[in-house]
Formats: sequence, structure tokens, C-alpha cells
Amino acid sequence: MTDTVGIVIVSHSKDIAKGTADMVRQMVGSEVKVAFCGGNPDGGLGTSVSLIIDAINDAWSAKGVAILVDLGGAETNSEMAVEMLEPARRDLVVVCNAPIVEGAVMAATEAAGGSSLAQVKAVAEELSAD
Amino acid sequence: MSLQPETFKSLVKVAAEQVIASAPELTSLDQAIGDGDHGINMKRGFEAVLGKLDAISTQPLDEALKTIGKTLVMTVGGASGPLYGSFFLAAGEALSHDRHLPDDLADVFGSGVNAVSARGRSQAGEKTMLDVLVPVLETLKTAAGQPDLIARVRTTAAEAVERTAPMQATKGRASFLGPRSVGHVDPGARSSCVLVQAVCASLEGQQ
Repeated sequence: MTDTVGIVIVSHSKDIAKGTADMVRQMVGSEVKVAFCGGNPDGGLGTSVSLIIDAINDAWSAKGVAILVDLGGAETNSEMAVEMLEPARRDLVVVCNAPIVEGAVMAATEAAGGSSLAQVKAVAEELSAD
Repeated sequence: MSLQPETFKSLVKVAAEQVIASAPELTSLDQAIGDGDHGINMKRGFEAVLGKLDAISTQPLDEALKTIGKTLVMTVGGASGPLYGSFFLAAGEALSHDRHLPDDLADVFGSGVNAVSARGRSQAGEKTMLDVLVPVLETLKTAAGQPDLIARVRTTAAEAVERTAPMQATKGRASFLGPRSVGHVDPGARSSCVLVQAVCASLEGQQ
């Protein structure tokens, strides 16, 4: 398969992250690598930098990885996770400013067409434009 | 103010224990204007720090601060993990670059405050931990070298945390409440105050 941008879904709730990933796979099947995580290090509602780093590595693609998040802590922890990646990978991961479900489905659909990381991010973020 | 290895170890222990002891209060404050997890998150993070205390206390101070920061980043599980983590990572990084305590305390603390501000894309006045950290930084600058520095820092932190009550939150979950966030002390400001006060108490006890 042609290399496509990977998608990571980060929610405070593992159920929401998994459900979102299910919806993404329904659209793009296995054309795009999709990884998800949710929950704090104890498994309660929250996010975990360690799990986010694992998800980024699971969804890794030479074209980069786009992360979709739900609320503030997911965004802050995702940004922190990106900074803790090995230097060569950091510039190839972006956190999208987009609603998590719609953003993930649209980003993955765009990625499936072979678009660049910047294009995938832009399509997801159109949802947040006024 | 000296900072020998044993002093530092005791200081970290006291600070972590105080945060853990304040978890119910932090949770209660966060239930009022947030998602109610600040106490349990901070407790989880500082229990992890306590678990590494022996290792931390054998490291050079810059590395020790970075270890504390990284531990909080990896274990807290909320936005406060990267925020407090960035504070300690940046303070440690500042010490790695030819800065020394106690002379450069304000400079090192300021590096941490700047990192929190950058990570949260926030400034003082938005009802966050910065509303304690920024005034404390100002006192560290203006009272540097004064014999009553520690007492003034304590007072600054205590007064600053109360000043968050009338503020309306514009960052974090509390901002979703809009004007209803007014009248409650910010939980992040409170945890910052607990940390600052614990460090002051530890240093005072060793003078």
C-alpha cells in the first residue's frame, strides 16, 4: 500500500477513542494506520503521555502522523508527547485543532488519498473555521 | 539559603507529602469549577516522585529537577502533568546552563514559569497556576538576598491564591463555566501555593 499519513485519536475516555477509531476504520479500512488511546495512567478518565507516545509509534508513517484530541488535557498531553519523541519524528507529528470524531474521519479520508500531513491537518481544521 | 543534597531530599519529600495531603482539598476545588481530578492526579504524580526520591537525591540538582519533571509528565494524567512537568524540566535545564542556586533562584524559577506559560498558552490573570507562580517570581526578584525572603514568598503565595477567587477563568475547563467560575479559588493556583509553601516551610525548618 502507498504510504499514508497515520491517525492517532486521543480522548479522555477510552470508549470514545475506540468508538472514533471504529468510525474511521469504517471509512478507510486498513488503508490508513489508526491508533487510539484514552484514560489516565490508572485507567480513569484522562490522558497519558506514555500511552500517546505508544499510539504515535503504532500509527507511524514516513508521511507523518495527525493527532485528533477532545478536551484541553488531551491537547496539552499530546503536545508534550510529541516533544518527547525522538528528534527525527517530532516535526512529522501534528495536533489538529478539530472536533475529535468529525476531524478524525475527515483527516483519515484525506490521508487515504495519499495527501501530505499539511493537507490532512488543513482538511480536519476546516471544521473549526468560522 | 543552602541546598545540600540532604536538604534537597527533605525538601522534595515535604513538598510531595504536602501535595498528597492536600489532594482532597484540590479535588473539592476542582469539582466546583473543573472535572474534579486535580487532587487525584497530583497525588498520583507526587507519589511517583516519592517513589524515586532516593534516586533523585543522588542526582545533580539540574538532573534531579528534570527527573521530577519527567515523572510528573508521565504519571499525572491531566493537563497539570505537562504544566508542572514543564516547570521542573525548564528549571532543571536552566541549572544545566551555568546558573547556580541560591544566586540565580529568580532566574531559574522564571525559566520554569515561562515554560508553564508557553505550555498552557496562558498569562497571569486567567485564573490558573500562573496567578500564584508569577507573583512568587516577582517577590523572588524584588526581595532577592533579603533576610525575610522566604517569609515574603509565603505571604505572596497565600495572598495570590485568594486573588484567584474573584477572577473569571479564560483557560482550562473552568473557562467553560464563564461567569460561574467566579467565586471559587482556582485548584491549580492552590496546588502551586501548596508546593511553594511546602518548600518555604522545609527551608525555614533547616535554617
